[in-house]
Amino acid sequence: MIDLLARCGRGVRLAMAGIGYGARFFLRLCALIPAALARPRLVIDQLHFIGNRSLSIILVSGLFVGFVLGLQGYYTLQRYGSAEALGLLVALSLVRELGPVVAALLFAGRAGTSLTAEVGLMKAGEQLVAMEMMAVDPVARVLAPRFVAAIIAMPLLAALFSAVGILGGWGVGVVLIGVDDGSFWSQMQTGVDVFKDVGNGVVKSIVFGVICAFTALFVGYEAHPTPEGVSRATTTTVVASSLAVLGFDFILTALMFGTT
Amino acid sequence: MSPPVSESPFVSIDAVSFGYDGKPLLREVSITAPRGAVVALMGGSGSGKTTLLRLISGQLRPDAGRVMVEGQDVAMLDRQSLYRFRRRTGMLFQFGALFTDLSVFDNVAFPLRENTDLPEPMIRDLVLMKLEAVGLRGSAALMPAQISGGMARRVALARAIALDPPLLMYDEPFAGLDPISLGTIAHLIRSLNDALGATSIVVTHDVPETFAIADRVFLLGGGRVVASGTPAELRASEDPFVTQFLHGSRDGPVAFHQPAPPMASQLGLGGPPR
Repeated sequence: MIDLLARCGRGVRLAMAGIGYGARFFLRLCALIPAALARPRLVIDQLHFIGNRSLSIILVSGLFVGFVLGLQGYYTLQRYGSAEALGLLVALSLVRELGPVVAALLFAGRAGTSLTAEVGLMKAGEQLVAMEMMAVDPVARVLAPRFVAAIIAMPLLAALFSAVGILGGWGVGVVLIGVDDGSFWSQMQTGVDVFKDVGNGVVKSIVFGVICAFTALFVGYEAHPTPEGVSRATTTTVVASSLAVLGFDFILTALMFGTT
Repeated sequence: MSPPVSESPFVSIDAVSFGYDGKPLLREVSITAPRGAVVALMGGSGSGKTTLLRLISGQLRPDAGRVMVEGQDVAMLDRQSLYRFRRRTGMLFQFGALFTDLSVFDNVAFPLRENTDLPEPMIRDLVLMKLEAVGLRGSAALMPAQISGGMARRVALARAIALDPPLLMYDEPFAGLDPISLGTIAHLIRSLNDALGATSIVVTHDVPETFAIADRVFLLGGGRVVASGTPAELRASEDPFVTQFLHGSRDGPVAFHQPAPPMASQLGLGGPPR
């Protein structure tokens, strides 16, 4: 019985220590952001690696999500005779929720895993220790530029996702089904608020960028320096960042749109 | 040819004990490396050689005892002082630890770009000189994936000496190399040490190459320094551990069999009568 209690206590203590360590690591990364911005070359390289190479999956997914929204939205709205509100439905769904969330989930799968694997393999190949031995802080040199690049890339990717999604919804709703073109855009124009809807969506995508980037980098940095350690770390990145994105999305939605 | 070895110790390890997770690995180990010398730390796998190197470079802190480099206690250095100290050391890792996303040239330029404000043309000249020293000036544009293991080790060596450090550390520099690369690396360790006026600490278990270049050898076993001296002194030693290590004998003070319960009892033969 005492043994069981001791084991529980040890588990809780280790979990608390882990959370504390993670929080300190996060603060350290945040404190290194200005230094990373002072070396834009490193950030731009990573922005290209993280952002540009995620473009195809984000754009294609955005387009198909827009198609589906256009179709499903039309079927539901036309029952109530308000098919012309399709533009508003598609735009609000994408800008408020689907854009930031789905783009973040895809980002975690595409860029997050590659960041984790890259950092984990650098650790396994003693590259991070080698950097330490050259009096260069690997958190500042390797992790911070990637962190900044991911935070910049995420809202841009989410915006592109939403934009392409709206075009997809327009393609299905207006071009294929025949919803009125003018109503589609004018309803969207009057119904979507720049600050409340678009602004909150941007805030969400920045938060999700921070979550995905931090999770990927932290998990990679703490990975066991073995092949199975790195493979487990990449899996952990996807699972942990996806769950964190969905959890934070609920909290942020409740805070942002809770009273409306 | 003989290097200017001074009697004043550059690195001095004083009764250092260290263990991982409470399991002792090093017990009151004392080692000195005179200024200008090539000192080899030898011993079997798991004898704590690499751990000693990590203690000297400040990656680990000893449980007891002191590690002094140039008169300063490495374990007492704060982060900034430790980085200042590390700018004056060069370390060659077992497999080179080259940055795989940077070319050979950029790998060697890395410590110069990160730690100095030198203009790019001067960095270029310095990098080419370092690469020339290891015979790889012609491979500057290649990526690490395009070069052999021996070449990678030489590039890493050029990177380690980029800032002309007075202390060079080598972690298993001969592991997994073909005979030609092995001889090349051994020659480079000695010649670079003498050319830079540096002090070198080589962690290895490769006897012939090490004895050909080392001024002083420390043999580790069971967490302690079992024997030390010049290569000639160790060759003349009649200590059974030294003899076993130098000749690679299968059995001796280091037993072939790891401790285990009697074979017969594990196989269920000849046990106590039922």
